[in-house]
Formats: sequence, C-alpha cells, structure tokens
Amino acid sequence: MPSVLPDGEPVPAAGTLPPEALAGAADRPLGFYAHVPYCATRCGYCDFNTYTAAELRGTSRDDYAATFAEEVRLARKVLGDDPREVETVFFGGGTPTLLPAADLGRMLAAIRSEFGLAADAEVTTEANPESVGPAYLAELREAGFNRISFGMQSARDHVLRVLDRAHTPGRPEACVAEARAAGFAHVNLDLIYGTPGETDDDWRASLAAALGAGPDHVSAYALIVEEGTRLARRIRRGEVPPTDDDVHADRYLMAEEALSAAGLEWYEVSNWAATDGGTAGGGAGAGGAGAARCRHNELYWTGADWWGAGPGAHSHVGGVRWWNVKHPAPYAEALAAGRSPAAGREVLTAEDRRVERILLELRLSAGVPLSLLRPAGAEAADRAVRDGLLERGPHAAGRGVLTLRGRLLADAVVRDLVD
Amino acid sequence: MPATETTVPQPSRTEPALIRNFCIIAHIDHGKSTLADRMLQITGVVEQRQMREQYLDRMDIERERGITIKSQAVRMPWSPPEDAGGGDGGRGTAHILNMIDTPGHVDFTYEVSRSLAACEGCILLVDAAQGIEAQTLANLYLAMENDLTIIPVLNKIDLPAAQPEKFAAELAGLIGCDPADVLRVSAKTGQGVEELLDEVVRQVPAPVGVADAPARAMIFDSVYDSYRGVVTYVKVVDGMLGRRERIKMMSTGAQHELLEIGTNSPEMTPADGLSVGEVGYLITGVKDVRQSKVGDTVTRLSKGATEPLGGYKDPKPMVFSGLYPVDGSDYPELRDALDKLQLNDAALVYEPETSAALGFGFRVGFLGLLHLEVIRERLEREFGLDLIATAPNVIYRVVLEDRTEHVVTNPSEFPVGKIEEVFEPVVRATILTPSEYIGSVMELCQNRRGTLLGMDYLSEERVEIRYTLPLAEVVFDFFDQLKSKTRGYASLDYEPTGEQSSQLVKVDILLHGDKVDAFSAITHKDKAYAYGVRLVARLKELIPRQAFEVPVQAAIGSRVIARETIRAIRKDVLAKCYGGDISRKRKLLERQKEGKKRMKMVGSVEVPQEAFIAVLSSDEGDGKGKK
Repeated sequence: MPSVLPDGEPVPAAGTLPPEALAGAADRPLGFYAHVPYCATRCGYCDFNTYTAAELRGTSRDDYAATFAEEVRLARKVLGDDPREVETVFFGGGTPTLLPAADLGRMLAAIRSEFGLAADAEVTTEANPESVGPAYLAELREAGFNRISFGMQSARDHVLRVLDRAHTPGRPEACVAEARAAGFAHVNLDLIYGTPGETDDDWRASLAAALGAGPDHVSAYALIVEEGTRLARRIRRGEVPPTDDDVHADRYLMAEEALSAAGLEWYEVSNWAATDGGTAGGGAGAGGAGAARCRHNELYWTGADWWGAGPGAHSHVGGVRWWNVKHPAPYAEALAAGRSPAAGREVLTAEDRRVERILLELRLSAGVPLSLLRPAGAEAADRAVRDGLLERGPHAAGRGVLTLRGRLLADAVVRDLVD
Repeated sequence: MPATETTVPQPSRTEPALIRNFCIIAHIDHGKSTLADRMLQITGVVEQRQMREQYLDRMDIERERGITIKSQAVRMPWSPPEDAGGGDGGRGTAHILNMIDTPGHVDFTYEVSRSLAACEGCILLVDAAQGIEAQTLANLYLAMENDLTIIPVLNKIDLPAAQPEKFAAELAGLIGCDPADVLRVSAKTGQGVEELLDEVVRQVPAPVGVADAPARAMIFDSVYDSYRGVVTYVKVVDGMLGRRERIKMMSTGAQHELLEIGTNSPEMTPADGLSVGEVGYLITGVKDVRQSKVGDTVTRLSKGATEPLGGYKDPKPMVFSGLYPVDGSDYPELRDALDKLQLNDAALVYEPETSAALGFGFRVGFLGLLHLEVIRERLEREFGLDLIATAPNVIYRVVLEDRTEHVVTNPSEFPVGKIEEVFEPVVRATILTPSEYIGSVMELCQNRRGTLLGMDYLSEERVEIRYTLPLAEVVFDFFDQLKSKTRGYASLDYEPTGEQSSQLVKVDILLHGDKVDAFSAITHKDKAYAYGVRLVARLKELIPRQAFEVPVQAAIGSRVIARETIRAIRKDVLAKCYGGDISRKRKLLERQKEGKKRMKMVGSVEVPQEAFIAVLSSDEGDGKGKK
C-alpha cells in the first residue's frame, strides 16, 4: 500500500466502531489483510510502508508475529459477537517471506483461532522469488497457505536492475514450479511494464516467460513513479528516462493480447486469471470457473469487509475506513498498551459509497450497475458507449463495462460517470 | 530657514510676489520622495516625530513600487537669509513654497503636463551616480515647453559611486547652464537642502495673474477620498476663490458649492480662500473625479470668467485589455470594484464584454501599460479578485471598402472582409542608452517597425535615440526586450503622436475548429505567421490531451497559417487500486472533479484556466519596472 496516509478523524482508543458499521455484517464476506512491513532492501520505485533492518528503531522482526496477534485479538473485541468466519487472508508487504515461515504460520493461526477460517478460505502470501525455496514453501502449505504471489516484475536483467530487484531472471519461473510441487493450487506472477529502459521486446519476453511458467493468475502494472522514491529522483536528475503514457498504453495492449491468448482473462484492469480452472497454457488446475481470481482482492473491489492488521494497514467495515500508524515502533507500543494502533478513520457518506462503488466496480469485467448513476452520469455513460469506451451490449442490459480502450481511460470515464 | 509662525502669510492673503510654485522632476529611485520629505522637515511643516518615510506617497502600491501616481501640493513657509534677497544675512521675509508633486510615469504625461502648468519652476533632480534617464528627460522637455525655470540638482552626492563632475556636465549640456550652477545635495543626510530652498526662492519666478479679474483656477489633480468625496487640487491663476462660493467647471458647466477650500501642510487645512497665484484644494461633495477633471478651469458661478484656461484635454485610453474573473461568479464584484476605482481615476474606462472562452468580463481602457498593471494589481489586492487579463491591445481604425469606418478595441471584433485600410496609433519614443548598446536598441526598434527620428549624444557614453513606433509594438513586450538588450541600462519614454496606416491582419486561434476569441490578435502581416506558430506551439504544450485528437490552428480569415495537433490521450487509469488505495483514490477523484470545474469549455475541448493565464501573460508586454 502507498505509504502516505489519508487525512481522517481520530479513532477511539479501543478501536470501537460506530454501531451502524456492524449492521448487516453477516451478509458481507469478511477478509483479513496481514501487513509485513519488512524488506531486505528498499527498491527504488517502492513507496510502500516497509522498513529495512536499519530503519526499525529498536523494534525487532522476531516479535512481529506476537505483536500482530495482539491486533487480531483487538479485532475480535471490536467486532464483538460478529459470527463470520474469515473467507480470505492475504499476506502482503513489504516482504512477508522475509519472516520465517513459522512466524507467518503463527500469524495465520491467530486469525484462525479468533475468527475461524471458512472451509474453502483463500490464503495468499506475497513472496519474493529470491527469499523462498522448496522447504519454505512446504512449511507455508503446512501452515494453511494455498495461494502464492511472486513478484517477478520482468524477465530482463537490465529492467530488474533499474527496479532494484534482487532476483535473477529465471528464478520466478522456477518458483512457480516449486510452488506447484509444494501443492499450491493458485500461483500468481506480478509483472511491471513501462520501466525506464524497457523496450517492447523486453516486455514481450517478460510476458512469454511468465506465461511459460504456467501461473493461473497474472497481475500486470504500469510502473508508477511515486514522488519521494529514489526512482523519481533518478528520473528528475535525467539518469533514467521517464516513460511516456502512450508507451504504457501500447504495453497494456500487448499484455492483453498475450495473456488472453494464453487463456487468462481480464477481470480487473490490472488482473488476469485462468477462466476454466486451468492455468496459463492450458494445464489442468483446481476449482471451477473464476476460481483462479484473487477472491481477497475482489473483496476490496466489491465493498466487502476486511480487517487490515499491521503497521500502516487499511481496514474497511461497513462504510468505515481506517488505517494504522505507519511505523512498527508506535504500532507495537499502542498494542502493548492495549490501545488501537489506528491513526485515523473516515466514515463514508452515502455519496462517498456511491462514488467508491462506481470507481471500483467500473474497473471490473463485471462492470458497474447503471442504476448507481444520476442523470448526468447516465448521459455520460451513453456518450461513453458512442465513444467506444463502454461495451454496448452490457450497457443495454444495465451495466457499464469498459471496452479495451475504455480500460486504458478508466479514470476519465469514472470522472464523467460520477456526475 | 524655517519661518516663524507670526510672519507666515496666510492663504487668501498672500502676496503673489512671495509665492513660489515648483515641482520636482526626477527618475524613480533618484530620491524625489526623500528630498520632499527632507523639505517638509526642514521647513517645519512636518515634525520630526511624525516623519514617516516618503510622506507624500500614500498608496501602498505606489509605496511598494516606488512610484507616485497621484500628485498633491504642499504649502511650506520658508525665509531665505536676507542676503538671498540682498540683505546682510539675517532672517528674510517669509515666502510660501508650494511643492507640487508630479506623477512620475510614462502613462501620465498629460497629468504631468498639468502639474507642470501649475508651476513657475522645477527642480531637476538627478542621481549623481546614474545620470539622467529617459523619463526625466521627457518631463524636462515638458517643463521647458511650459517655460519653467529649471534648477538642476544632483542628489546622493554622499554615495561613494557619485560622479558629480561628470553628471553636472551632462545636465549643464542639456539645459544650457554652467556646470558650476548645478546644485549638489544629499536628500538623505539633508546636506545642501536648505541652500536648495533658498535657490527656489531666488530663482523661481513668482506667479503672475490678474488679481481683480474673474476667478480662474486650473485643476491639476483630483483625488477621491472615501470620507471627503473628491478633493480637487487647483492653482488660482486669476482672481480669487472664497469659501462657501458657488463655482462652475468650465468644460461641463457643472455647478457646485464649495464646502471647503484650503491648503495642505501637509494635512488638509481649511482656509478663507485662495487668491491669485496660490495653490490648494477644493471640496464640493462630488463623488466622482470625472466631475472634476484634470486640466479643467474652475470659475465663480456669478460674474465668472468666460474664457477657460488653455490646455484642457479629455483623458484618452490608449491600451485595452479584457479583464475576466477566474471564477465567473465574481463578475458582480469585479463590476463594483471597477466602479469604485473609477471614482478616483478619470482615465479608467470600461464596458461589459462577453467572451466565449472566458465568460463575462469587461473591456477596460487604460492610459498605458503601467496604468493597466496598477489597476489590475489593485483589483486583485484591494478587492481580492482573481483575474484573467487578455493581452493588451491598442485601438484600430478600420476603413472598409464601402468607406464605412469601425473603431476596434477588441481584436475579436476586427471586421472581416473588404478592408480598405487600417490605422494604428503611433508614439514618439525616446530611449536613453549607454552608447555601446546603440546597435541593439536600433535593431530592436527596426524589428518593431520603428522609424528613426534622430539621435543625440548627451555625453560620450550616453545617447538619446528617438523613434516613431506603433504603440502596439510598444505594448507588446518592448520594454522587457529593451531592458534585456541593454542589460537594464536603457530607459524609455513615449508619447502618442497620432496614427498611421499599416498592413494589419487579424490572426485567429482555433481549437478543434472553434475560434478562441481571447487569443485573437491583430498583427502586422509580416509577423502574423510567427505569432501563429508561437501561440499554436504554446497551446499544444498547455492544453492537456483530450479523449479525442484536437487540432490547434492559427488562421487569417479562412487561411490556416499554423497547425499543431494535440494527440488523443490513450492512458488515464491508475494501475493499482487495492485496499489501502481506495480512500486516496476517492480523494484524488474529488480533486480532479474540482479541477474539471475550473476548466473552460471551448467547443468540446476542456482548456484549463491556467492555460489561458499562461498564454496571455507570456504575451503581455510587461509594464513592471517601466517607471
């Protein structure tokens, strides 16, 4: 998650939610996000909330699992007698796999013991290709993880170097095989396009390499150069060239072409998943239609509830969004003192929630119900159909679904639809 | 030396022979205000403890920019030593010195000329480290035309960089005196100021008028005061004005009752009247300076004069600009603000105007660029308005083939079709420059369609160059160019001298086929292409890519002379949108919606307000620093 926290109102020390946030909770799925705020080194493009050993100011990674469990117990208290089991868990970072697999297991166990995991729960962790091996993967499986997401980013050495990634080309593909061997049903590869110095051919090669490894899910992101990162400084100093938006657009179209040809279908602007329970390239896999999609991320996009635990993690329950303090030290201190580590929150108005639904659901292949639009927004949707940004068929059936060109201009379409 | 109170002649009872009316002609920064302050102090008019730097400049903007716009007159008693009047060095007769402050800028030549007409003498004040500047020279020539006695003075002689010998020779050459006659003072330390006051008494002639003739007083300034209404500054040329009299403005025939008459020393002090040769103020209760015009003659209603004094002119705006509120809902505030400013500025004219691109605003006429700059700054600062100003333009007279005539103050209204002839205003420009820059200055003037009138060396190193230039070329960035080509050393003055027929065309800018009225410009036909190419390139940079391809064209009539294309935007989507991104993304959307509100629609193209401001301000001949 980006490291800049929004402005919000204060949160009660006990983390108590307004009663209306819990109303009707039983009808919504509940997920858990576990943030692991550690990295071996910070990558030049990264503005996420993560800390290298040198940045930790006296807190220790060794205590993290225990501290995290404190927040899970706080979550239990705040959610009270909410009967829901957890449907999805997602470990992100940072680099979760920088912690021993046993620690990740303990963190997951804390969630399981306080809330219970649904029988078919999806449990994902992000992993850096250089930080895992067969034994580690086996331990994760043993602890209950069934989905893994590797930060591959590129198949080209020079691109990985600009991104400061520590792994070598070829390693992520090997990881996919090791994960399959360890029994992971679902494997994702993250790719980044538009890195300064990357060519169209480099990108094609990365797509081919990723698909060749047979994941059942690929996320492909345009590189966002965030202010304050080392990469932003390097571009400003002219050490590396900035990437033109048109190049991003071209690379996106290349991704769409290659991924769909391999049997992965887009279901969110930056996410593609195997459609038939298979894998890229057609291998047989587990689950039914759509089973390869990341159900946890789908919770974010459909307004479901999730508790984000860990420094800087964001949560959402029934129209209340809150976020924890960023640094691991005050985070641990708050929990040790029995206080909520939340730094601020916002209680969404009905209009906020309408706008959020439009901006999130429009990014999905399922689209957004046109019934959410006001007259001006509905007119804008008509125009967007004429301009080739929304699909004609779904529009006629009452849903706004982006065309391929529309996906590249999704933010512009949203600005018009919320009118 | 200061006169004692008992011996000081009182207003309405002052012998003309004891009156000295003078002004100070100086370039900005040459120390006029400091000298005036020192005189107020030395004559005892202002107590030491009340002394405020630059007492005479009242408006903040003037104070900040070091310019004087509104003049005032201060009555100071002064007794020269007896020997100045031929005695033995004791205290002499108390005289009355009326110091009339002149506006110091190129745009206010007419007001300056009226201030000078109220004087019999002037102090030519020049910085001993810098020498005379074009502005000063122009005013000096005006003073000479008015037959004023000129007392040349070098100021700042205490500065290490002062070169009094050199500049005394320059001044002596200009006015035809002996270098030894050039006085040397330091207004800052007061050195030489008493002697200067003595010289004013000795050299400046007393006013000459007919005491028993019907009253005739010349208005040399008119200032709106929110408590008193209009304060009118006059010099009584003939006869006398008494309090409570009925008066008449001779240009309009308007009649008023004198509610108050008096002198400034330096605060307004009521008196019984003003007699021949005296300078003071009148208050009639009118609220608008237009009812009390600079240059007009005031007389008594009964048994008044029949012939006005000469020299009256209506102020004529020379430069026009469209002023639009950035936020369209501020239009009524802009109108009220202009109404208020007009109370104190007879030269300010405006009428409502609608621009397809900028919405509702006003076409405003100014005396010149500084006038424009000052008004715009006051509107923004005193009235808290955010404004977009279109590039300044001049008035064109267009004669069509059917011999009908059109006066164009807004380029977008330039007639299309059968044009026989177009006339544009021209000015006589005087440029003073170090001689090493003669080549660059002449090149600039030639590029701006100038005609050389003449050139004179003021000294070995300094040259006066005179050109006839189209005013349109002067308002377009000329002063900045002049400064940059002479490393800041050249100074400029200009005065309107009439009009000339020129090969002028209107260049329109089209966005996606729609004309953007705010960017229409009238240029010489040889420059139209360069203007079109430059503006089109600039707009391509400033207008964000839209959902469709947008051609940006410059055209003369239907002929396109320049074209660029803003490519359609292909990507406008954030790659990542996960749990922690949602609040941020919603807030970004809110900001973008706000930004969208500030967009102006030109046809179907969204143009950011900033693009208008950037294009218009880069085109604007900047009046800043033109002092």
